[in-house]
Amino acid sequence: MADPEVRTPTGSLWRMEKAQLQTLMEKLTQQGYTIIGPRIQEGAIVYDEVHRISDLPIGWTDEQDGGSYRLKRRGDEAFFGYAVGPHSWKRFLHPPVFSLGRTRRNGQGFEWTPPADPPPRYAFLGVRACELHAIAILDRVFMGGPYVDPVYRARREALFLIAVQCTTAGGTCFCASMGTGPKAPPGADLILTELPDAFVVEIGTERGAALMAEIPCTPATEADRAAVEAHLEETARSMGRQLDTADLPALLYRNLEHPRWEEVAQRCLTCGNCTMVCPTCFCFTVEDLSDLAGTQAERVRRWDSCFTTAFTYTAGRPIRQSAKARYRQWLTHKLASWWDQFGTSGCVGCGRCITWCPVGIDLTEEVRAIRETDGALAGERR
Amino acid sequence: MARRRKPKLAVWKFASCDGCQLTLLDCEEELLTLAGEVEIAYFLEASRAVVRGPYDLSLVEGSISTPEQVDQIREIRRQSRFLVAIGACATAGGIQALRNFADVRGFLELVYARPEYIKTLEKSLPASAYVPVDFELRGCPIGKGPLLELISAFLNGRRPNIPNHSVCIECKRRGTVCVMVAQGIPCLGPVTQAGCGALCPAYRRGCYGCFGPMETPNPASLGDWLLARGMSSPDLVRLFRTFNAYAPAFREAGERYAEAANPDRSS
Repeated sequence: MADPEVRTPTGSLWRMEKAQLQTLMEKLTQQGYTIIGPRIQEGAIVYDEVHRISDLPIGWTDEQDGGSYRLKRRGDEAFFGYAVGPHSWKRFLHPPVFSLGRTRRNGQGFEWTPPADPPPRYAFLGVRACELHAIAILDRVFMGGPYVDPVYRARREALFLIAVQCTTAGGTCFCASMGTGPKAPPGADLILTELPDAFVVEIGTERGAALMAEIPCTPATEADRAAVEAHLEETARSMGRQLDTADLPALLYRNLEHPRWEEVAQRCLTCGNCTMVCPTCFCFTVEDLSDLAGTQAERVRRWDSCFTTAFTYTAGRPIRQSAKARYRQWLTHKLASWWDQFGTSGCVGCGRCITWCPVGIDLTEEVRAIRETDGALAGERR
Repeated sequence: MARRRKPKLAVWKFASCDGCQLTLLDCEEELLTLAGEVEIAYFLEASRAVVRGPYDLSLVEGSISTPEQVDQIREIRRQSRFLVAIGACATAGGIQALRNFADVRGFLELVYARPEYIKTLEKSLPASAYVPVDFELRGCPIGKGPLLELISAFLNGRRPNIPNHSVCIECKRRGTVCVMVAQGIPCLGPVTQAGCGALCPAYRRGCYGCFGPMETPNPASLGDWLLARGMSSPDLVRLFRTFNAYAPAFREAGERYAEAANPDRSS
């Protein structure tokens, strides 16, 4: 076989028959990757281990709206003809429950045992543009500063990323508003776009090039390139939601006492679902558990949420007691103070918080309401 | 670690089904360790051997539903350093608190041949209605894990890691797909306290609220959402009135939809 760097240079576009995705998956498995991809479970398209193309939700799509998600049959056999589901990739990079280690009494001291298992080596198949942005955000959070998170880094550095550019927009999608899609940003090893009869594969990295060199494919034609661009434009045009981001942090900062916060608090369940499904919400808590005899203890880290009162429990009471304070904290962090903290938006426009809110609270609607009555104060007539 | 003497554990029963006490006996693997760490001083379901009080830790199961029980719970409080109410009955009045929504004399006359022999209270109430309670362990029944965590925390002098947040957080951590959003199944998870490990939604059933209301619950928002999607008011009343029907947040929600179902009866 030819030198992969010559045959499939980075940035080049290739046309791959759909059935060859199976070959690609087999090669990844041979290289020792555990492939995580979309599959149908419990009435939704989730991310879990996949082994062959028949595991993928071929011919299925989803209908999404505030507080509602339904699987539907498509009229075709598309492999990736749906938007994002309830899971995000963060559950594989930042596990929801993780034992940081165990300790045992040892005479006068303690003996500490760190987690023994080697970290998994994942290949993610079907990562959408908004999700690549979300992973880049998590990279900054967990690996960007002086304190690098070893649990995240071990999973992230071993990761093989296969992106899929969306050819179908979901009912709660607004990546086009956030500038996070549907075109995939750099970072993935391979970037797929699905056409009716084939995939167009863009080589993202040397590693991606080496893999594609082993897969039968032909150079993409001008028509293929045009079809990809047309699909991306159509997806961007058919976003289910929109968010006007003009001057957004300043808008929110000057409206911290807007009456809309109280109105949304009447509906908010403070259940934390929005933070759990958000692909960038990274907060966790650390618990120490001891056994009955007091000889062993375990330190466990779990996903936490700013919607719990324990999250701000300080000096005998929670700081953010009201639902209003907690919803406002979450929304202003995502859309405003994230910029101050990490230099980007904390929202990538995936729409999960809208779909998976049990009562359909829609952050694009909340921002719109505040923008339309900019400057209103609680207690004033509007 | 040298402990001066083993703490004395007592397990008490009031109006209840015994399921929560049974959870303690269900701790098969841990039971011997537990017996090594505490003196099981009063636990009639396990042993008729009784050690006199005072007790270091009293686990109280069941609701207070008779005048005699009021005296008993007060005496137990006097005898106990820590008093922990366990289960929906002891923390909210239990399923038998359904009688609180009607005149108890009506039930007495219906059930008993000689109702005048029966001494009962108007309402079935949690232990906290009569005595100060140090901690409430929720559930119908309580879970083995949280019970062991509570006892371990007590023995090691630390605060128990028992969350007050929603069941949803447990569902999402374990990767269960939301049954309400994806299948339209009514679910009390968003207003119910975690602790069960989100058991029912993992088996594609809605949560029925057996751990009672979560911290800062908003059942009116959830109920109105279900109402707008076709659930009837009587069904909503039944949803909120089960094992924790008389827990304040569920009681208010039940009353809200009972009034909606029978507007002429609302005062």
